[in-house]
Amino acid sequence: MEKEGTCHTLAVASAGGVASIADHTVAIIGPPNSGKSTLFNRLTGLRQKVANYPGVTVEQRRGKMQLTGMRHVELIDLPGVYSLQARSEDERVTRDVLMGNMPGTPRPKAIVLVLDSTNLGRHLMLAAPILALGIPTLVVLNMSDELGRRGGEIDTADIAKRMGAPVVLASAARGEGVEPVREFLMGTLAVPAPLELPVLNNPPACRAWAAQVSGRAYRPPAPPQWTKRLDAVFLHPLAGPLIFAAVVIAVFQTIFAGAVPMMDWVEAQVTASGKWLGVVLPAGVLRDLLVEGVWGGVGSVVVFLPQILLLFLFIGVLEDSGYLARAAVIADRTMAKVGLQGKSFIPLLSAYACAVPAILATRTIENKRDRMATILIAPFMTCSARLPVYTLVIAAFIPERPLMWPLGTRAAALLGLYLLGFLAAVITARLLKSSILKGERTPFVMEMPPYRWPTAQSLGLRLLDRSKVFLRRAGTVILAVAIGLWIMAHLPLAGGKAPEIGDSVAGTIGRTIEPVIEPLGFNWKIGIGLITSLAAREVIVGTLGTIYGIESEEDAGGLQQALRQDLTPGGAVALLVFFAFAMQCMSTVAVVRRETGGWSWPAIQFGYMTALAYGCALAANYLVTAWLGA
Amino acid sequence: MRGRNEESHPPPWMVRPPVLTERGHGKILKLMQLSGNNGDPRPPVTLCQLRRGQEAVVDGFDLPEEVARRLMELGFLPGSAVRAGRSAPGGDPRVFEVDGSEVALRRETAAGIRLRELRAGRTAG
Repeated sequence: MEKEGTCHTLAVASAGGVASIADHTVAIIGPPNSGKSTLFNRLTGLRQKVANYPGVTVEQRRGKMQLTGMRHVELIDLPGVYSLQARSEDERVTRDVLMGNMPGTPRPKAIVLVLDSTNLGRHLMLAAPILALGIPTLVVLNMSDELGRRGGEIDTADIAKRMGAPVVLASAARGEGVEPVREFLMGTLAVPAPLELPVLNNPPACRAWAAQVSGRAYRPPAPPQWTKRLDAVFLHPLAGPLIFAAVVIAVFQTIFAGAVPMMDWVEAQVTASGKWLGVVLPAGVLRDLLVEGVWGGVGSVVVFLPQILLLFLFIGVLEDSGYLARAAVIADRTMAKVGLQGKSFIPLLSAYACAVPAILATRTIENKRDRMATILIAPFMTCSARLPVYTLVIAAFIPERPLMWPLGTRAAALLGLYLLGFLAAVITARLLKSSILKGERTPFVMEMPPYRWPTAQSLGLRLLDRSKVFLRRAGTVILAVAIGLWIMAHLPLAGGKAPEIGDSVAGTIGRTIEPVIEPLGFNWKIGIGLITSLAAREVIVGTLGTIYGIESEEDAGGLQQALRQDLTPGGAVALLVFFAFAMQCMSTVAVVRRETGGWSWPAIQFGYMTALAYGCALAANYLVTAWLGA
Repeated sequence: MRGRNEESHPPPWMVRPPVLTERGHGKILKLMQLSGNNGDPRPPVTLCQLRRGQEAVVDGFDLPEEVARRLMELGFLPGSAVRAGRSAPGGDPRVFEVDGSEVALRRETAAGIRLRELRAGRTAG
């Protein structure tokens, strides 16, 4: 390793070169937990896009930053890394982008290196390989407010001189220190003479260099007292797990009960606008398609937006505050029992929002087998797309009663379904890790960030992004399925008139599969829903909305009533169980195919989950029917 | 503040964060006390034997190169002071304070980090 530490001279681009970077690409880079993304959000605001790098699963965040007048630069937020040793996919992407080897991404003309000023010694280790790249670099020492509060001090001019690069203090969370970044990118910031740097490839050498650079110019802050106090509670042997459980319960109760007023409001808007359309538009096929097909189908899904946003808000707060890392530590032993590790906990928790970002998040798991197992079980976690289905069926069949404060019967039922999915995931993981994915236990190494207040801006941007994804899906996949279904429900025309729903194309398909699903307690209408929800789970709600909307002239609130007439309690439980296990989601299948590099894993996964769903729904229907009949 | 080290010109990789070496309260424990028996040869003392509040200095790794490297990037450098902190219920994984950060490690990984200069730290708070 020491051999790699050979010195060679570095040619740093002249300071004047910075001025010419307007309308070019600038990379923001830093170790994890340096507040890099917060600075990125500050600099770009709403002008940002999230996409994927071609061929890899690493998320690419780009945004435009305005300098003056018409001049802007394109900022890229690179994944957080500790070094440029390309081991994980994140590190490879960061390195390739910085070297100019990433197709479709030009080599950055400048770098903004974000480091945590409260932990400068270790964070400076990354500066050595970055400065050695020879790209004009601004070093932003972030979290200056925290540094000051904890009694630390930095002489940035002194550090800049010893590093041969401009250094500024900033607090991205408070929006301080953004101006010098702009000045640097405009070429108006004073830049010290570049120094010759050794190319440092081994951590001890980097750390020694960092110590020499920070030297007397840096007085480290006192340890974070609040983090210690909070950890004394959150990592307490007894209180810790209890709080962990309380947090999980609170999240579910709030999602279910707290979201109701907002959902009622959205539903009222959807119903009102549908009625208005029915009055305004001339009677005809177009009006029926819009009111029954689009409003009935898409509208019944859009209603769930508040609930989904609330879930993402919770996950965002837990993640940004630093609690999620503690939760991973508490969960590690349990995860290890099924052959996984604490790092699988974060992707699996995100899978409660959506399996797609969860599967993308598994890339932080270095071990291939652990990663594969996490990918394969992630769709069992109760994603937000199941919520509309669960909410509808639970509200239709379970009366709301207080059960055990603060839990009501409905929230308890919902929690039960979450547990069911979790159990299926755990058992599947166990099976996988003791058979096809058998391997040695891998190290669990995880940095515990200090507790921090989540910033409103980061949370807001995250929710905005999620709303866009959800509404885009409602506007494309769900809209297409709704229109297609409506057309199929109105064909073939009999004497110029639409047939009864049971005689239509959709009805025929439903009746064809009815013998297969009849043992589960489902009729052909549910059958149509099962088929359309292969696209995405929540589509079944829209589908049922459309079917019942066509069948009767009831208002939107009548969907629950219609279900009560059409499903036995046994069938209702079976439907919930089916949706808990089945992999009804095209996007997940697509992302698993991409992540695992072929069709075999997603095919096995889909087959397994569907078979499990069918078997358990069958059992549920028989058990509940027998129990209620007795 | 770190005068003692600078005067004695340590090799560059022996970066000693100030926490440990500069404070007089550290008391060196006998290795026997931890290994629990007097039989020789004694097994090397590793990080997993450190109890909450105890401090020691990292000596080296008995771990695959990949893992050792990641640990060094997180601050577990030979010569660095490390202090055992809180843990998950059951004592595993445990959080360690090293070079200004806190890092959680499983027992089996901590067992691959050799220690020297064991000290009893401040009483666990």
